[in-house]
Amino acid sequence: MTTVHEIHEEATGDVPIRRITITVNGERRVVECEPRLLLAHLLRQGLRLTGTHLGCDTTNCGACTVLVDGRAVKSCTMLAVQADGHEVTTVEGLATASELHPLQEGYREEHGLQCGFCTPGMMLSAKALLDENPDPSEEDVRWALSGNLCRCTGYQNIVKSVLWAAAKLRSE
Amino acid sequence: MYPSRFRYEAPRSLAEALDLLRTGDEAKVLAGGQSLVPLMKLRFAAPGLVVDINNVPGLAHHELDAEGNLHVGALCRHADLERSQLLKAVQPTMAAAAPLIADPIVRNRGTLVGSLCHADPQGDWASVVLALDGAIVAEGPAGRRTIAARDFVLGPFQNALAPDEIAVEAVIPAPRGTPAGGYLKLERRVGDFATVGVAVAVETQADMVTRAGIALTGVGGSTIEATDAEHALVGGALTPDRVAEAADLAAAAARPKTDHRGTAEFKRHLVRTFVVRALGRTGEEAA
Ligand SMILES: Cc1cc2nc3c(=O)[nH]c(=O)nc-3n(C[C@H](O)[C@H](O)[C@H](O)COP(=O)(O)OP(=O)(O)OC[C@H]3O[C@@H](n4cnc5c(N)ncnc54)[C@H](O)[C@@H]3O)c2cc1C
Ligand code: FES
Ligand code: FES
Repeated sequence: MTTVHEIHEEATGDVPIRRITITVNGERRVVECEPRLLLAHLLRQGLRLTGTHLGCDTTNCGACTVLVDGRAVKSCTMLAVQADGHEVTTVEGLATASELHPLQEGYREEHGLQCGFCTPGMMLSAKALLDENPDPSEEDVRWALSGNLCRCTGYQNIVKSVLWAAAKLRSE
Repeated sequence: MYPSRFRYEAPRSLAEALDLLRTGDEAKVLAGGQSLVPLMKLRFAAPGLVVDINNVPGLAHHELDAEGNLHVGALCRHADLERSQLLKAVQPTMAAAAPLIADPIVRNRGTLVGSLCHADPQGDWASVVLALDGAIVAEGPAGRRTIAARDFVLGPFQNALAPDEIAVEAVIPAPRGTPAGGYLKLERRVGDFATVGVAVAVETQADMVTRAGIALTGVGGSTIEATDAEHALVGGALTPDRVAEAADLAAAAARPKTDHRGTAEFKRHLVRTFVVRALGRTGEEAA
């Protein structure tokens, strides 16, 4: 069991610590935390899954995007306790020990990243899209990624990478 | 950033949720969390108790009842409405608005009812529901009551709910004619609030407008209902002259301010243009 107490501030009353069970990348995790712990902080500090990035911390940039029960959410804007009983997928859950996910291959083939900060969030938004629509148009990809900001690439190669992954997945 | 300390409960029934609210404790209902959690992180909101309603069954619906009224439950997400075939078939104004709220990730969590409760003067759903003459159904210790959207917002971020009430759904009345209209919004980038948003909902019978709703987002301190423009449309066909007159009256009802999103003159011009476009499309469809 993981206990997350990294927030240090004078207690103002009796706020009970809660015990929650979350399946993260297929693995069942039992965690004790304060209700105010954000899902992003649980993943990064508590479970040491630092692939999930915090960019703006104000619900704007999408760098912190993870999947909760298959749907993209901004993990800086969800309480960890809200994930109790749910399945979370982070970027660490995309590849297997021996194989990259087609999205990751697509990024390599089409040069989809520069600094890489937005990449995990982009990939999870893209995964949610491809799970729902295996044959997206360029417009579909741009629409699905419109909640994820990238400061570096101009988006062009990100879109190409996702279309590459879609084609690969369809041919499998 | 993280919120100040609070107690958290995730009740599994509406009755239990209402009981928790009654305990006082500066309680706040948590629906999509896409407005409340950011506010708590900034410590603009610091509730003592958060009552998360996401585990309450029976609130995720959007459906028509036998009379054709549309019910949108408190856990129906913007994304559910964006993907809804039902809305595309029966409710053009809402179908047009859903994809324009926030960004795709926020739409996966945020709710229409939560938006109405949040009462952001820049909120898009407030205009849409006002133009459609909708209402909010609240449940509290004394039972259920229905509050017209027109009476629901008391001021910026202030709604008409008592602290121990939960909004369970929004209701859009069944159209008495053929519904048409749309929501047009100019935003600087995806996820930005509207520079200008215009909700138009008309109902026609044999080419005659029997009901008209027009409401404006972003051009005043709150949502504005363009009542003169509405009245100008009812009782006639959607001819270019009548449409132009309604557009002028809607623009006159706007109270835009010059700010980082644009000049007052520009915004007023957009109101006029959006009304013409929304009704122009409607006119073409009817023809
Ligand atoms: C980046 C970003 C961009 C956005 N862009 C837009 C936009 O373009 N247009 C727009 O309209 N909105 C926008 N929003 C706001 C978004 O639509 C929110 O989803 C919405 O305002 C609140 O809905 P929610 O379900 O998330 O409510 P919450 O955040 O859970 O709650 C908001 C408030 O309403 C109360 N509340 C919620 N549900 C109930 C209920 N059932 N009964 C009683 N009280 C309740 C809560 O207590 C709280 O005070 C944006 C938000 C973000 C983060
Ligand atoms: S860090 Fe969550 S949206 Fe930017
Ligand atoms: S690659 Fe640098 S932010 Fe996207």
